[in-house]
Amino acid sequence: MTRGVNDIGGIPENQVEQTEHDYALWEQRIDALLVLLTGKTQIMRVDELRRGIESLDIDAYNELSYYERWIASISKILIEKELFTVAELEHRMAQIQVQGESP
Amino acid sequence: MKPTLKPGTSVTVSSRDISGHMRTPTYVRGKTGVIERCCGRFRNPETLAYGGDGLPKQVLYRVRFLQNHLWGDYRGLSTDTVDLEIYQHWLELDS
Repeated sequence: MTRGVNDIGGIPENQVEQTEHDYALWEQRIDALLVLLTGKTQIMRVDELRRGIESLDIDAYNELSYYERWIASISKILIEKELFTVAELEHRMAQIQVQGESP
Repeated sequence: MKPTLKPGTSVTVSSRDISGHMRTPTYVRGKTGVIERCCGRFRNPETLAYGGDGLPKQVLYRVRFLQNHLWGDYRGLSTDTVDLEIYQHWLELDS
């Protein structure tokens, strides 16, 4: 049976960490970004977000944190929809890196 | 599509092996459970995930499974259950 990287029900794993933690500003921003993209604008749907996360290769999937998976998927879907190109995204990321870290 | 399965009806989850986005985990495929309730009609996530409109809407059911039917090594009570919400196109009627 073909199993997606996300489809791990029943596979032995380490214990789930159950401690609460605050969300970093970048995580809150990614959450807000998805709300905007899936809200009135309907630029993308949450089902597309899930599909993008599930199509990460297994190493990326296991390595990335929860919101890192989200932004990887959001970027992929928006590039698919031709809202921007990979080159434009890279250019913008380089610009932001020069500006320095966000608070 | 109108809801056709009544609570208490025995159903088996399709064991079809497909890739792509779906909301039916592999651990429940081929397993038999009982309709607990109809949850309503919703756009199909399997086409919404690829930019489609998700129409026609699919009927979603809450299906109850015995834990010891799902897991060969289940050590809890034999009456323990788990409910999963599964779309009608994944369910097969038991004859």
